Amino acid sequence: MHKFETKKYLYVLAITSLIFFTAIYFSNYFNDKKLAEVKSIEDKIAIDILSSETQYALLQESSCKDIGNKALSQELGNLSDKLSYAEEQFESDNTEVINLKRYYSLLEIKDYLLNKRISEKCGKKAYFIIYIYSNAGDCPDCTEEGYVLTYLREKYPDLRVYSFDKNLDLSAVKTLLSIFKIDGELPAIILDEKAYYGLRGKEELESLLPKAIRDSAKKATTTPLLSS
Amino acid sequence: MLVTFFEKRESIKKEEEDILSLRRYPSTTIIVPCFNEERTVVKTIRSLLSLDYPKYKLNIVIVDDGSTDNTWNVVKRFGKYPQIKLLQKPNGGKHTALNYALANIETELVGCLDADSFVEKDTLKKIVKYFEESDVMAVTPAIKLYKPTHIIELVQNVEYMLGIFFRKMLGTMDAIQVTPGPFSIFRKKVFNDLGPYKKAHNTEDLEIAFRMHESHYRIVNSHKAFVTTVAPKTLKSLYKQRLRWVHGFLENALDYKHLFLRRKYGNFGMFMLPAAVVSIFSAIYLVGFTIFQLIQYIYDKSVQVRAIGLPTDYFSFDLFFFNTQTLLFLSIILIVMAIAMIVVGKIIAEDTKRSPMDIVYFLALYGLIVPSWLFMSVYNTVLSKKNSWR
Repeated sequence: MHKFETKKYLYVLAITSLIFFTAIYFSNYFNDKKLAEVKSIEDKIAIDILSSETQYALLQESSCKDIGNKALSQELGNLSDKLSYAEEQFESDNTEVINLKRYYSLLEIKDYLLNKRISEKCGKKAYFIIYIYSNAGDCPDCTEEGYVLTYLREKYPDLRVYSFDKNLDLSAVKTLLSIFKIDGELPAIILDEKAYYGLRGKEELESLLPKAIRDSAKKATTTPLLSS
Repeated sequence: MLVTFFEKRESIKKEEEDILSLRRYPSTTIIVPCFNEERTVVKTIRSLLSLDYPKYKLNIVIVDDGSTDNTWNVVKRFGKYPQIKLLQKPNGGKHTALNYALANIETELVGCLDADSFVEKDTLKKIVKYFEESDVMAVTPAIKLYKPTHIIELVQNVEYMLGIFFRKMLGTMDAIQVTPGPFSIFRKKVFNDLGPYKKAHNTEDLEIAFRMHESHYRIVNSHKAFVTTVAPKTLKSLYKQRLRWVHGFLENALDYKHLFLRRKYGNFGMFMLPAAVVSIFSAIYLVGFTIFQLIQYIYDKSVQVRAIGLPTDYFSFDLFFFNTQTLLFLSIILIVMAIAMIVVGKIIAEDTKRSPMDIVYFLALYGLIVPSWLFMSVYNTVLSKKNSWR
């Protein structure tokens, strides 16, 4: 007669569950570490921005020298890469990732405003690209545009690229979109206060950059922007 | 399987202690069905003649199933041995050759040895020992590969080591799903009660095992009874063999679907059959998923190249980008468990002196080649295609 060992099946169920829970535990542990790293980068950037703002407030009556932080652009870029990866790895509705993304977008806006103010006050021309994308599946060209902008950001250290997810539930981003009247097809790029809709290639965007920026070119590298 | 191993390892070890001391030697007939086996059949017969078993208790029946090569002339030279009987018939398939011989066999035990397989001196005694338990109706051996050297053979070698481990564990659970052609031995009563072999989608060794489970006949495994078999040497021949096996399994599983998830068929119905079917489909799903991910990656890279040309900065290492998804940790745990089972299989098979490179080849290549025959087997089963030998 055949054997049926209920007890053994229960043991196997318990061991299998233990294996699954161990795997889930390790995964969560390392993912939490990653999110903590993103959060700590954001906090550091927030302090840097606050420092620049304070410096600006202190010096705005006297001097324009040495305000702002050029390295911040690269740090924002690095943060963007990590957030982009976290978005891919975790579920798209992960609240922690969404909150980190909101925080990142706010930091970008603050950095943009500060640099704009410094530029206006000190008469130094600043060069920004504001990039609006969507990763809700309605922007097939956003991945490619992301690569192009990452390339430009890496190649031209004086160029600041700010990327915003059109679907992010954040009033500051929505206000930014309404100020620039972004209502056409994505990807959208705002360069020198003018909006460009649809995919813009590397050569086309480079030709739109002022000579001063083009002269600051360094060896290109590639890492994806917060998109796709 | 590992739980069963930890549960039964002491009793398995105990089985090995007096495995060669038989209380009696039951009369036994071994059938060797041949179809175009001129290159290996001599070695097969010689290995049978060398068995450490009383000559008057052991009969060998060689059935030439209408070979078109020199097989008949090769086997004829063994006609002088009194314990060997030679039969020749028109080609009709392995099951017809076995049944042709079975019709005139009156010994207590009967078995089959494929003409590309070879037994060791003590293999039969180590199998017969298990028949001392009166409810044992069939005993399967531990099958190893004959001198594996090429990568394709080494990959199969590890698969056979896993097979040795699985078959032993399934044996202790009364859930062995196949009585393989290389030297499975039955009580003759099995065929008297259940009838002869059937064509069974060219997997008669699977079907007879299913039929035995249906009648609650017990099949066990003698893990120290070694049989070596010649492995397919090319990917093409391996693919054809495995397609026949897996397609045959699915067809037989359909024929015996009434055994699935039925408590009265014990671990065979509740675990073995469902697990085998689920593992076929999960392997196909996993490979499909991996191919999909690979295509997505290639597409993404092509978009990157189209956008900015070939990337110039390849080596930027950051632990942050190391994959830490649950699936990765599960895969690591599963690989460690698979290696543990292979090692136990190797210890049982006394194959521990070989370089462990075969395990590396297995882990690297097996997952790439298996899906091809799994997918085609499901495809053939769905379309009710015929399962062929060659």
